[in-house]
Parts: sequence; structure tokens; C-alpha cells
Amino acid sequence: MEFIKPDTRFDFLRFARTAAIISIVVIAVGVVSLLFHGGPKLGIDFAGGTLIQVKFDKETTAGEIRKALNQIDMGGSIIQRFGAAQDNEYLIRTELSEAELENLSGLVEKALAEHYDHDHFEIRRVEMVGAAVGKDLRQKGILSILYAMIGILVYVTWRFELRYALGAIIALIHDIVITVGIFSLLDKEFTLPVIAALLAIIGYSLNDTIVVFDRIRENVRASGRKPLRDIMNASINQILSRTLLTSLTTLLVVGALFFLGGAVIHDFAFALMVGVIVGTYSSIFIATPTVLAWERIWPAAARGKKRIS
Amino acid sequence: MFDKNIRLRIAIAAVVILVALFFMMPTLTDRLPAFWKNHLPSDTINLGLDLQGGMHLILEVQADRAVESSLERLGNNLKEALMEDRVRFREVAVEDKSSLAMEFPDSESADRFRDLLKNRYPTLKITSSRITEGVEQVTLRVDADQVETIRKFALEQSLETIRNRVDQFGVTEPHIIPQEHNRILIQLPGIDDPQRAINLIGKTALLEFKLVDDEHSVDDALRGDVPRGREILYGGRVDRLTGERNQVPYLLHARALMTGESLEDARVSIDNRFGEPYVSIKFDPQGARDFERITSQNVGKRLAIVLDGVVHSAPVIQERIGGGQAQITGTFSTDEARDLAIVLRAGALPAPVTILEQRRVGPSLGQDSIDRGVMSIIVGTLLVLSFIVVYYNYSGIIAVIALLLNFILIFGALAAFRATLTLPGIAGIVLIIGMAVDANVLIFERIREELRLDKSPRAAVKAGYNKALSTIVDANVTTLIAALVLFQFGTGPVRGFAVTLSLGIICSMFTAIFVTRIIFDYFIWYKQVKRVSI
Repeated sequence: MEFIKPDTRFDFLRFARTAAIISIVVIAVGVVSLLFHGGPKLGIDFAGGTLIQVKFDKETTAGEIRKALNQIDMGGSIIQRFGAAQDNEYLIRTELSEAELENLSGLVEKALAEHYDHDHFEIRRVEMVGAAVGKDLRQKGILSILYAMIGILVYVTWRFELRYALGAIIALIHDIVITVGIFSLLDKEFTLPVIAALLAIIGYSLNDTIVVFDRIRENVRASGRKPLRDIMNASINQILSRTLLTSLTTLLVVGALFFLGGAVIHDFAFALMVGVIVGTYSSIFIATPTVLAWERIWPAAARGKKRIS
Repeated sequence: MFDKNIRLRIAIAAVVILVALFFMMPTLTDRLPAFWKNHLPSDTINLGLDLQGGMHLILEVQADRAVESSLERLGNNLKEALMEDRVRFREVAVEDKSSLAMEFPDSESADRFRDLLKNRYPTLKITSSRITEGVEQVTLRVDADQVETIRKFALEQSLETIRNRVDQFGVTEPHIIPQEHNRILIQLPGIDDPQRAINLIGKTALLEFKLVDDEHSVDDALRGDVPRGREILYGGRVDRLTGERNQVPYLLHARALMTGESLEDARVSIDNRFGEPYVSIKFDPQGARDFERITSQNVGKRLAIVLDGVVHSAPVIQERIGGGQAQITGTFSTDEARDLAIVLRAGALPAPVTILEQRRVGPSLGQDSIDRGVMSIIVGTLLVLSFIVVYYNYSGIIAVIALLLNFILIFGALAAFRATLTLPGIAGIVLIIGMAVDANVLIFERIREELRLDKSPRAAVKAGYNKALSTIVDANVTTLIAALVLFQFGTGPVRGFAVTLSLGIICSMFTAIFVTRIIFDYFIWYKQVKRVSI
């Protein structure tokens, strides 16, 4: 079976400018959304606070829960449904995490017990992160993404050339910024697993980019006299079938995770899904044109070296 | 030449897979024969707290408080020594709890104070001194080296004490690990009463015996007129008839006559009259002698038993008490009494701790996550497998074999390295299914290209593998870099993701490149197939 007939000759690089404009618009929308929301929406992992997940055995409402918790001073609190409607699960969150409230979950349990009776609910998860720890995690999260990028820059420079490495990094930044922007647009939160997903996106998107670059390198060695633009187009066409297949299989499994994995890793799977799509797009329409653009600005030296090798 | 080669490769693949199966066995079944349990790997794959349920805590030891209380103790001793030597001085109140200030009315007193300090309190250092109209005011601090020692000791001692408490509480496989910035990470799998565990771990449990001051009036003291060297502490009292709880103030001598350090043992007993639990404590030999001396000197007075600043009881000393036994009564539940006995046996924390982070997952949510995780792995795998077979026919089946072997290798490696499987870790496995297929897709697409050039199956397969190899290595190494960074950064669940992702990348390279090649070669060289079904 074949989806893509061999010997396709799409002129992908013709769309480079259009793609750049689309990307810039998407990024701009994301950035505006981030500015509008005052930065990314941080979950309690990074902002500090307390989160309590409660499962009820009968239907109830957020208002009803709030009434039950009326007697506790929880500061600003948010009560929202979690997961599918028939699960009757709710998240109770506050930004409080102070030492005197160590027993907050105990107080909540007591208040719910008075209102709902003991057997009709279950506290399934409690997460409390102090402000200091949240700040630490925030720093570590940003640093880890930076370190990953530096490590990758070094490796790709070693295996290919600096301009390829720069193309790859620009594509990665593009993917991360778009994913963060989409999270902001959809008002989703950044938690530790989402940062993990971002790092996985870096890995995946790079994987895709490397495959494209590898073929370009091979073709440059085989027929270095052709214009780089043509070589790039041919390379992308040659591996188009693989690119689509891999994206499809990865989307299949990430989709399984998204639809079946449960509410706890929903956002994580969502980030991966966005990352796979954006990462595939960027390796063709962002990474490769960036290398080409670089080539146009500083052509002679680098190309000459390539020909000799 | 090629014949030997393929035998060797089959042997390597077989050994690797058998070893992985070996490590995986204990996880699959617990009905292994006895010799296996004794001589062969019997570790099962660890489930993270998010899958098996349990509690994760990060505590901060308030090491500065240990320094403060050390200064307070040294200061009290110094003042007593000054009084004994009849040196004239006056204490000056300071805001900063890490320093102590004193005033000496003349230079003679100040000199004698300096001598005393030099000879007997070398760890106290004068940080400033000012003479105004003949009166010298000095400020003292604990010497910087000593501060470092105290802080270090406080952390070590806290770690030790918490380990003791957790051990006695009876948690299977707890993890208690010191971290930077005076922090301690505690993981307790399968805790069913989290609040009780927190109370047990976080309680300072400083037990003190202090005399009650019955000469001065508590009411005056409550109005703000606290005599020198006295303090007001409260105790709870429950009216047996009405069940009403009251706070009762006590005026105590601030200096503790004895502390919990001289305890040898603490046990729960049940009171005969009311059937209420209490904790009976036993002093060590030195403590027993001290206790006998204290009680004999203070017959008729009341001795308050104070735990973490709360008066538990203040019985009248009827007579000299020998034998080194005492009781702590109060209104405890049996669990509370049991936990109190544990913390007394394990010893006091040298400094209070605060909870910086707490995460806990109930067992039912953990099971839910496992079920859903397994479901997504199964569905994801089936989707990918059927797709690959439809798309690549027989070659697809080879990829399917590689993928299934990949599972064995990943789970075997998880067990062998005693790694922890978490919910994001399961997600990592799911993701790896997608990415593992990629290596085969790269190879197969390449083989198709070569076949289109009218190469023989033998040449096409060879060229396909050779040309795809560097791509696969480059693509996987870069992903591995991201995974390793993630491993460094993450804790708990997120680290589990990094673990399965890294293991998965390595295992999938082995199965997708090495193992599939064996199968291809087998069919091409031995079965002499003329056409590659791809």
C-alpha cells in the first residue's frame, strides 16, 4: 500500500514565505493571548497552592460544593468539574499553601463529610506546593528547556553544520512558542507533565527535522552542483511518505492517550498532539527554509567546504 | 561468511531477549519456584506513587531555629554563670533572634564577663560593643563555624529521627532522601491515613519537664506581668461530664529541668479507671537519677509535662520518685497515644520542620490510572500494528515482531534498573510505540526506493539498512538528549516519563535495526525469497 506515489515533485520551498507568514500570525496570536492573560497560566506546580480532587458517587454541582465548604476560609478558590460528566469528579483549588493550612485537605474532608455524608465522596488526590518550591520548579523547568536546546545545538553542529543546527533550533523555538500560545488561547494550565510534554515535543520535532536534514546532506554529497533549493525540494519529496507515516502512527498513539488516558494526563497528551502536528510542519516549512535563507546570506564559504567534503 | 554472522546475531538477540524476559518474570507472576526467588532476579517493576497510591512530601528543616535555640540555651547558661560569679549585668532585649545583647555597668564587670566567655563559651563571639557613659553594651552571636555545624547536625538528626518514626509507623518501602537547601524528600507508598502520617513526621516532639510556679498569680501574669524567668503555657482540659474542651493557662519556670533526651522507652498503656490510653515513659539510668533528685527536691510542687509547648498534665509531686518511670496522661485516642509513644521513642526533631510540598494519590485513582494507561497502550499498539501490517504486508509483520520485543525489553530494563513506572511513564511507553515504528518506516521506505531502482532484494535490503542507519541514530540521539535533560530536571512522575522515553529509544533502536535485519536476512539468504513483500 502507498499513500504517496513515488516521484512527487511538490515545490515545498515555494510555500516557505506563506508558511512563514502563517507561523508569524499564529505566534502573534499566541503572544497577544499571553500578554492579555498576563503570562502563561501556571498550575499549582509552578504558582504554589493546593489542589484537591474529589469524586462523588452522586451528581452534584460546583455551587453545592462551594456551599459545603462555606465555613472554611480558603481565600480565592476555584471549584471545577474534572474529567467526564458521569465521573462526578471535581477539583477544588486555592492559592493557599501556607504552613498553618497544612491541614487544609483535612478541613475540606470534614466540611464535605458534614454536607454529603462520609460514604458519598472520596478524596482521590491532594497536591500542595509551597510558593518557594513553585519558584524553584519554574526556574528548573525553563532551564531544562534551555539545556535541552543547547545540547541539541551542539550535537547537530557536530553532526551537520552550524547553519543546520540553527535551522533546527529555530524550528524548535517555533514549535514551543506555538504550543505555549495554543495553551494560553485555550486557557490551559502549565504543570510539570506539560513541561515534560514540551521536552518530548523538542525531541520529536527534532527527530523529524534531522530526518529531512539527513536526506539533504546525502543529496548534497551526491549532487552538490545542483542549486541547494532544488536539492532541498527533492529531499523533502523523497521522504514525504515517511514523514506522513510517522506523524500518523505517532498521532494514532497520542490520540489513544488523549481519548483514553484519563483526565490526569489529558493536557499532557494534548500538548503532545499539538507538538506532533506543529513539529512535522516545522521541519518542512520552517527548519529547511531557514537553512536556505542562511545559505543566501552567507553562501560561498560554507557551500565550498561542503563540495570538497 | 554471512552464515556465521547471522548465527552470531541470532545468538546475541536471543540472549538479550532472554535476559529481559528473566527480569520481567517476577512482574508477570508471583508464583515463581523457590529457587528462582533465591537465586534469580526477583525485583518487580516499581509503581510510582501516582499509580499505587501514596504520599510524597518535601519538608524543610528550619535549621536556623536550631541555631536560635542553641543560642538561647548557651545564653541561659551564660547568665546563670554570670550570676554565680556575681558579675553585674543587665540583659537587653533584641529583635533579632540570632543574637543576644547584654549591658555591663562598669569596665570591671565587662572584663570578668570577657574572661568567662573566653574560658567557658568559646563558641559565642562578640560582634559589637559600644561604651556610652561608662556602660558597655555587647552583642553576642554564635560563631560562624559553629552555626554551620549546628545546621548540618540539625539536618542529619532530623533525617535520622524521621527515618526512625517512619520505620516504627510501619510503612513498606518508604523513601527518605535528603536534598539541597535543608530539604528532605519523603515518599510513603500506600498510606491510608495521610493526616496521621503528617502529624507523626512533622511533630517536633520536644518533651520538657518544667516546674509550675504557684507563688505568683497566673492572672497577674496573663495581664502582662510575667515574673523574670517564667513563662505562660497552655494545656487543654476536657470536662468528663460535659465533654467541653477548655484552654487552661499555666505559669511555669521557663527553664526545663529535664527533656525527652533522657528517655529510654515510651509505651502505650490503658488506664484502669477510665479505660483511657496514656503513654508510660522510662528514663535512661542518668535520667532516672536526675528525675529522682528533681522530685525529691520539689515535693509538694507541681511538675508540668510539656510537649511542643503544650502542657499535657501538671501533677503534684507527692514524694520522691525512683525507678525512672513516669506517665503522660491527657485526652488521647488510642492512635494518638500510639503515635506519641513512637515520636518519643524516635526522639525529638532538633528543629521544627515545615511542609513545602505535599502530593498524595488515593489507591482508587492509582488503579484508575493504571487501567486507563494500559487501555491506551493496548489501543495505541493495535492501531499502529494493524496500520503497519496493512501498509507494509509481510515486512510490516517483521516490524510488529520488533515492536512486541521492544515491550519485553522496556519492561525487562525497567525491572533490571529498579526504575519506577509512573503515569507519565506509561505515556512515554505509548509515545515510544509511535516513535519505534519510525525507525522501521525509515528503513522500509528506503528499501522501497532501492527496489524502485530495480535492485535485487538482497541489494535493496542491504542498501536500505545502511542508508537509513545514520538517520535513525542521529534522530534518536537528539531525542535522547532531550530525555536525559528531562531526567535531570524532573522528580517523581515526570522523571518516570524520562526513564521510559530513554529506555524506549535505546530498546527500539536495537529491535528496529538489529532484530528486523536478522529476519530479513534469514528470508533472503536461507529462504532465497525473490520478492520483498513491502
